[in-house]
Amino acid sequence: MRAYRVLLGSRMRSQTAYRRSFAFDILGSVGIGVVEFAEVYIIFTNVDVLGELDFAAAALLFALANVGFSVADMVVGHVDRLPAYLREGTLDAFLLRPLPVLAQLITSDISLRRLGRTGVATAVFAVALPLNDIVWTPATVTLVVVAPVTAAAIFAALFVCAAAIQFWLVEGGEFANAFTYGGAYASEYPASIYSLPMRLLFSFVVPAAFAAYLPLLVLLDLPGPAGLPQWLGWCTPLAAAVIWAVALAGWRAGLRHYTGAGS
Amino acid sequence: MTEPIISVRDLRREFVVRSPAGRLRRTRTVVAAVDGLSFDLEAGSAVGYIGANGAGKSTTIKMLTGILVPTAGTVRTCGLEPIRRRRELARQIGVVFGQRSQLWWDLPLRESFRTLAAIHRLPTASWPARRDELVERLDLGSFMDTPVRQLSLGQRIRGEIAAALLHSPPLLILDEPTIGLDVLSKERLRVFLAEQRALHGTTLLLTTHDMDDVQRLTERIIVVDHGRCVYDGTLTGLVARVGAERVMAVDLAEPVTSLGEISGTRTVAVESDGLRHRLAFAPERTTAGAILEALGRRAQVRDLAIEEPDIEDVVRRLYLSQTRTPRSPSP
Ligand SMILES: Nc1ncnc2c1ncn2[C@@H]1O[C@H](COP(=O)(O)OP(=O)(O)O)[C@@H](O)[C@H]1O
Ligand SMILES: [Mg+2]
Repeated sequence: MRAYRVLLGSRMRSQTAYRRSFAFDILGSVGIGVVEFAEVYIIFTNVDVLGELDFAAAALLFALANVGFSVADMVVGHVDRLPAYLREGTLDAFLLRPLPVLAQLITSDISLRRLGRTGVATAVFAVALPLNDIVWTPATVTLVVVAPVTAAAIFAALFVCAAAIQFWLVEGGEFANAFTYGGAYASEYPASIYSLPMRLLFSFVVPAAFAAYLPLLVLLDLPGPAGLPQWLGWCTPLAAAVIWAVALAGWRAGLRHYTGAGS
Repeated sequence: MTEPIISVRDLRREFVVRSPAGRLRRTRTVVAAVDGLSFDLEAGSAVGYIGANGAGKSTTIKMLTGILVPTAGTVRTCGLEPIRRRRELARQIGVVFGQRSQLWWDLPLRESFRTLAAIHRLPTASWPARRDELVERLDLGSFMDTPVRQLSLGQRIRGEIAAALLHSPPLLILDEPTIGLDVLSKERLRVFLAEQRALHGTTLLLTTHDMDDVQRLTERIIVVDHGRCVYDGTLTGLVARVGAERVMAVDLAEPVTSLGEISGTRTVAVESDGLRHRLAFAPERTTAGAILEALGRRAQVRDLAIEEPDIEDVVRRLYLSQTRTPRSPSP
């Protein structure tokens, strides 16, 4: 543990060393968060309800998805730059150290500037939560606390999947982005607005709907669209566990491919 | 006899190289970068691993250190199978790739060492002493707080070597550590490495293009060509085998157009209007002393230098003799 703390500590120090440029980075990230939320807002100036959700519910959906994604992006977002790590020999250096390679890759960077986006999402969350009609029970309280964490876990696993794919497709950055950024974008809108195949894709292949939409259905006690019954909202931790299992298996296979056992 | 620290048997590594041929088709060729290599390294020895570019040196080192899996054959490093016991092995070896940095670009060495100490879980009570030893012996003191990206190549390489030795590994593997270094940096590095060996008994495996490295640091050399071992023995043995020549450059007090015939030598060049003569000689046919004596009878020698055979040249001759032998049976 100490090793990872020292690794991360040095990353953080080097990013915050130049206060002014760090402040601008944070501001830029706040800007991205605001623009993304403005997009949701503009939609609701034209419609009252989108996919069964009113503006307050859509804002909460946005907030849940964005807290999860921005935290995942901050902590593991750099892993999808794997080709650069391969090219620069950084991965070989990881292989020469007595720690797991994925853990070294994850702790090799942390994008603190993404905190700006997390901040925007958290603010939207704090404002939108009381505006929604939620029946507070121990179960819903637990869900509200757990949902952002599992959302972050799901997106983090998607980033690891994206990294693993690039062991085979060194030029596969764009393809991999479709899963991570595409999944994040998809999760910001109610899954009910997508066609059934897309809805199933973003639930059971790329489990983006589990990150925010399904827990939201439970919180607001709404029936789910075809293919996504409300009770799936309780399965979010399971979905996170499954996608992590897939991510780790993919990563291991990718690393084996790199070292040559599989090729 | 103790178990060798490195043991390689019938080692082979293939790479699949795909190159575009036409719009959709790709040709797929299999290249054997390492092709049936076998050798053992005794603990405490110092071995030079040499060969032309692309001979398979780095590929071998990657298989020894757990970065690449062999296509066939076996590797044991420190008694471990490198890929399967990668993390265990990492604690027992230090590896430096001269052309690739393992340090953190934006961190100064001081912080890099602290991080490495945490990674290797070195005891807080003892590792600073080891660091200080390395800082002193490698003369890193003046740039310990400079980010690595701002260091000169020589400074960076010394930093890399210190980083690889911080956890006091019994085996040090260096892949072209002196490439691109100036004479002074090379010299400092050689002195340091020789000293570490004497002090800690560190086993050394190094690849290099520099004859002086081989001569000063190693007692055995292994030459590879196209992934195959073409020579394994001492440097003297290799030089004798290929008949490589040393060159004696003599500066004379008075210009002399020709020194005439000196037994066992061949005049390579006459420079500075006859003030400097360069004589090539095969070490097994005559000695520097004998030449000097013969010279002394013809001219007054002011200064002299001996140039060792160039490693590229020795290897080239060896390669040539290899390709010749199968075709023409020796008389
Ligand atoms: N990752 C790789 N993919 C394809 N070919 C490679 C790869 N690595 C090395 N090779 C090839 O294997 C051969 C040996 O390379 P290398 O071990 O780097 O040689 P050296 O270190 O002796 O210069 C070369 O022909 C090189 O092009
Ligand atoms: Mg090489």
